[in-house]
Amino acid sequence: MSEKTLTRMDLSEAVFREVGLSRTESAQLVESVLTHISDALVAGETVKISSFGTFSVRDKTARVGRNPKTGEEVPISPRRVLTFRPSHLMKDRVAAGTRR
Amino acid sequence: MIRSELIQKIADENPHLTLRHVERIVNTVFEEIIAALERGDRVELRGFGAFSVKARDARLGRNPRTGEAVEVEDKNVPFFKTGKLLRDRLNGKA
Repeated sequence: MSEKTLTRMDLSEAVFREVGLSRTESAQLVESVLTHISDALVAGETVKISSFGTFSVRDKTARVGRNPKTGEEVPISPRRVLTFRPSHLMKDRVAAGTRR
Repeated sequence: MIRSELIQKIADENPHLTLRHVERIVNTVFEEIIAALERGDRVELRGFGAFSVKARDARLGRNPRTGEAVEVEDKNVPFFKTGKLLRDRLNGKA
C-alpha cells in the first residue's frame, strides 16, 4: 500500500487538470463542494451522493462514560454525530484495489 | 440533498460555468477520493473529515437466510472520520 495522504490541494489539482479553470478557481470550487455538504448536514439533512456514499446525522442520547485512565465516571452529553456509509461501488473498488 | 442538488447549488453560484462543467467538477472531486482510497491512500480534508482505508480480518459469517456458515475473506473497507470543525458545527459550537 502506498499510504500517501491527499489534501484539498490534490483535489483542486485534479479539478484544474480535468476542467482547465485557474488553480484558484478550482480550489474555490472544491471548497464550495465541502461547504455545501457541511451546511446541509448542519441543517440536519442527509446527503446522498450516488455511487459515492451517504452522509447522515444521528442524534445520540446522554450516557455515562468513564475516564479510561482514572476510572472516574463522567457524564456524556447528548450530541449529534455524522456517519458515512460508503456506496457498494466505493466498497467494491476499495476492496479490489487494495486486495492483500 | 442528493448529487444533482449539490451540482445545481454550485451552478447557481457560478453563472459563468455551464451545468455540464459543474457536473464534471463535482464528479472529479468524488472520483479523486475513491481513486485515492483504491490505491490505499488517505484523503484528509481539514475541518470536514478524513477518508481512509481500514483492514477487516477474515471471519466466519452466516448466510442469514439458511443459517449456513460461510467464510468471509479479509478485506479493506473505506472509513470516514468527521473533522473537528464539522463535528463542532453539528453540535452548535462553531
